[in-house]
Amino acid sequence: MSRTTLDLWVGIFVALGVGAILFLALKVGNLVSFGSPPGYRIEASFDNIGGLKLRAPVKAAGIVVGRVESVRLDPVTYQAIVTMKIDHGHEFTADTIASILTSGLLGEVYIGLDAGGDSKMLADGGKVMKTQSAVVLEKLIGQFLYDKAAGGGAK
Amino acid sequence: MLDGALSAAVALVRRLGAATIDGVTRLGYATRFFVAVVAHTPAAFRRLHLTLREIYFSGVLSLIIILVSGLFVGMVLALQGYDVLTRYGADESLGVLVALSLVRELGPVVAGLLFASRAGSAITAEIGLMKATEQISAMEMMAVDPLARVVAPRFWGGVVSMPLLAALFSTLGIFGAYLVGVKLIGIDPGAFWGNMQSAVDFRDDVVNGVIKSFVFGAAVSLIAVFEGYDAKPTAEGVSTATTRTVVESSLAILALDFVLTVFMFHGVHA
Repeated sequence: MSRTTLDLWVGIFVALGVGAILFLALKVGNLVSFGSPPGYRIEASFDNIGGLKLRAPVKAAGIVVGRVESVRLDPVTYQAIVTMKIDHGHEFTADTIASILTSGLLGEVYIGLDAGGDSKMLADGGKVMKTQSAVVLEKLIGQFLYDKAAGGGAK
Repeated sequence: MLDGALSAAVALVRRLGAATIDGVTRLGYATRFFVAVVAHTPAAFRRLHLTLREIYFSGVLSLIIILVSGLFVGMVLALQGYDVLTRYGADESLGVLVALSLVRELGPVVAGLLFASRAGSAITAEIGLMKATEQISAMEMMAVDPLARVVAPRFWGGVVSMPLLAALFSTLGIFGAYLVGVKLIGIDPGAFWGNMQSAVDFRDDVVNGVIKSFVFGAAVSLIAVFEGYDAKPTAEGVSTATTRTVVESSLAILALDFVLTVFMFHGVHA
């Protein structure tokens, strides 16, 4: 095989391979969120975060506006403090309610933000005051059974 | 009677000892060989056409089998994955399932196994035969270093080819899953790509996959050139060396994959 044909084939091969890596990076991996996208952090404390995981989405009206960055336990109040990173361009009122929700019965756990009517906005490092904890299914069922038993006894 | 049993036991222990010493010796020899090959790297890149020729033989000529296998693996993954996911009403996560399994595991591992059997065996047979026909000795006689002329280009040709082949494998696999999932079964293309993009991380998944395939490429190429160079210069020796290349490369890929996975994905998605 002549030198030029060989060079051509190797060139095509390398171009294809690099193209494949780019495809994986851009189309599959969505490189747009590479590095840390600009954004600001807000905190919220919950009594119980249920199955919330790092990098879980933060949604407002169903639209992803940020990600959960860290979860830690407050040593004094024994509440879970969740730090969320909100993408720039999304601003929330100071009286926003954060609740831990599940998409479907078995789906992923995410944080839902419901904006209120306050004129002040949450800034970087701000704290969400009103929160709603995760619904723990076992507790709910236990409560239901307890109520049922109590109701039955009264009759 | 007792004497016979005793000497048989001693012979057994002796054989175990010989096998251990042999194994350790070969490992040490292979390590020194690896250092020597890496030391000859400048030679491989100074005469770039030698390395380009090897990229052609191990990379370009492996394209067909890699592309076709990738396509079919992706299509089968989509069919099987859909079957299970749809029971939980999660069939829209098909793209996530296929992309993550291909990019993290199947792409590097299966492409590596195919590369070992397609290109690694060829490299071993070629170098072994060069040794059997005394071409290597002839080179040494002419003061041409066979490590620089024969071994290093083949090693680097494999190291360069492997990540590209693995990326192509994953790409074709995802394309195959797209064909089956979206075109054949009728999953919404927006959900297929959107869920995939939100689940696949560039650094944690794509880059780690490329690192894996790079390590596998280096392991397979090293085993291939070493077995070829170490082969007994007979027809039988070359055949044994070729078999050893495929077996050792496959085992090395699977073992390395486990070790790399433990380090890479430990706690990342906890």
